[in-house]
Amino acid sequence: MKGMTIIVKKTTQLISGMVFLYGIYVIIHGHLTPGGGFAGGVIVAGSLILVTLAYGGDFLKLVKEESGTTIVESLATIMVILIATAGLLFGTHIFFNNFLPKGIVGHLVSAGVLPLYNIFVGTEVASSIFIIFLSLIIFKEESPQ
Amino acid sequence: MEIALSIITGLMILGALYAIHAKDLLSSVIACGIVGYSLVICFLLLKAPDLAIVQIVVDTITLIIMVAVVLDSSREEQFSKLDTNGYISAVTAMVIIVVLLYFFAVSIQNLDVLGKSTLRMAEHYIEGAAQKTGSANLVTGVVFDFRGYDTMGEAVVLVTAVLGVLTILRLKGKK
Amino acid sequence: MIPYIMCFILFLVGLYGVITRRNLVKIAVSLSIMEISTFLFFALIGYIDGGVAPIVDPADPVKTYVDPLPQALVLTAIVIGLATTAMLMAVIIRLYRKYGTFDIREIKNLRG
Repeated sequence: MKGMTIIVKKTTQLISGMVFLYGIYVIIHGHLTPGGGFAGGVIVAGSLILVTLAYGGDFLKLVKEESGTTIVESLATIMVILIATAGLLFGTHIFFNNFLPKGIVGHLVSAGVLPLYNIFVGTEVASSIFIIFLSLIIFKEESPQ
Repeated sequence: MEIALSIITGLMILGALYAIHAKDLLSSVIACGIVGYSLVICFLLLKAPDLAIVQIVVDTITLIIMVAVVLDSSREEQFSKLDTNGYISAVTAMVIIVVLLYFFAVSIQNLDVLGKSTLRMAEHYIEGAAQKTGSANLVTGVVFDFRGYDTMGEAVVLVTAVLGVLTILRLKGKK
Repeated sequence: MIPYIMCFILFLVGLYGVITRRNLVKIAVSLSIMEISTFLFFALIGYIDGGVAPIVDPADPVKTYVDPLPQALVLTAIVIGLATTAMLMAVIIRLYRKYGTFDIREIKNLRG
């Protein structure tokens, strides 16, 4: 897949880093401002899609088997379930227990387990949407005939 | 407030009617994208900023995927000869629409007026959420703490959808 | 009451598109329109007059907030809708590769 013209490439060089940083900001501050895991995850996936569309598959040397992204996505899902199960050991012994100390409302380090949930769900959503985009647009499969 | 919402949903209905009757496939896909962007304005009028952020990015990604599928093929226009199969499906659609409109007219009398909802769980969630979960964003507190099972189910559904896409296109599992 | 009626008419337009159209891409577009009308209906139910967005301000805690529960339900539904549409597009790509057309009547007649 070929890339785009030189104007698009220069603009992407300047902008894509800021979009990625904004996505990470929305994920981490999910318990203070509007946003959270899902909104930040799709913004991070949007910045990765921007770089891939502007530079093309040949320049980025995208090989046929993309296995690193699926490993990241599966690991993030396992971590979400592990944190939820770890709540069975503390406190009132129920699933999805919020067991870390809750702190003061409005500070960055507060709300127990919620920032950890936000980070892992955001990573998982971003890698899922990037894998779907890569396999539908770039890694098309030739017909067997 | 009701007037602004009614005007925007009226424009969404016109856009949807054009999207299913257009001759060119690219025009119909772009009209679907515009209906999605109008939903973002409706979400901002209904005081839901989380949903507006998610919908605007998801609609852009859907538009990218649909345009890539349409441009890769022949972009044919639709035939419009109306034979017996076409008549049967049109009559079936009209019958189903009339039945659904009757049931909607019966059940809308139990809905409250827009703006004065009396849902029972609303007071229970709002008055204790900031102290019980410790987060300032009430929607994040409800999604991850009070309703954590639904979030875990959603994460599993996303992994299953990715596996489905990879299997349909036969990218994994080749010898 | 008028926004509820308009939202239901949008759902019926999408349903009419799924039943009567013969092109596969138009069926996918109509399915997406039906999902959009469902999200709008959920957000309309939880609205309260004179309410603010559900973010607690530590300096001024007593206000009327909009109901956060329907917003939490729609938040996951939007992302799942994207995954479902992507899977439908993968099926459409495979069908076009094998039969060379988007028309469902001709695919029924060819039979492999």
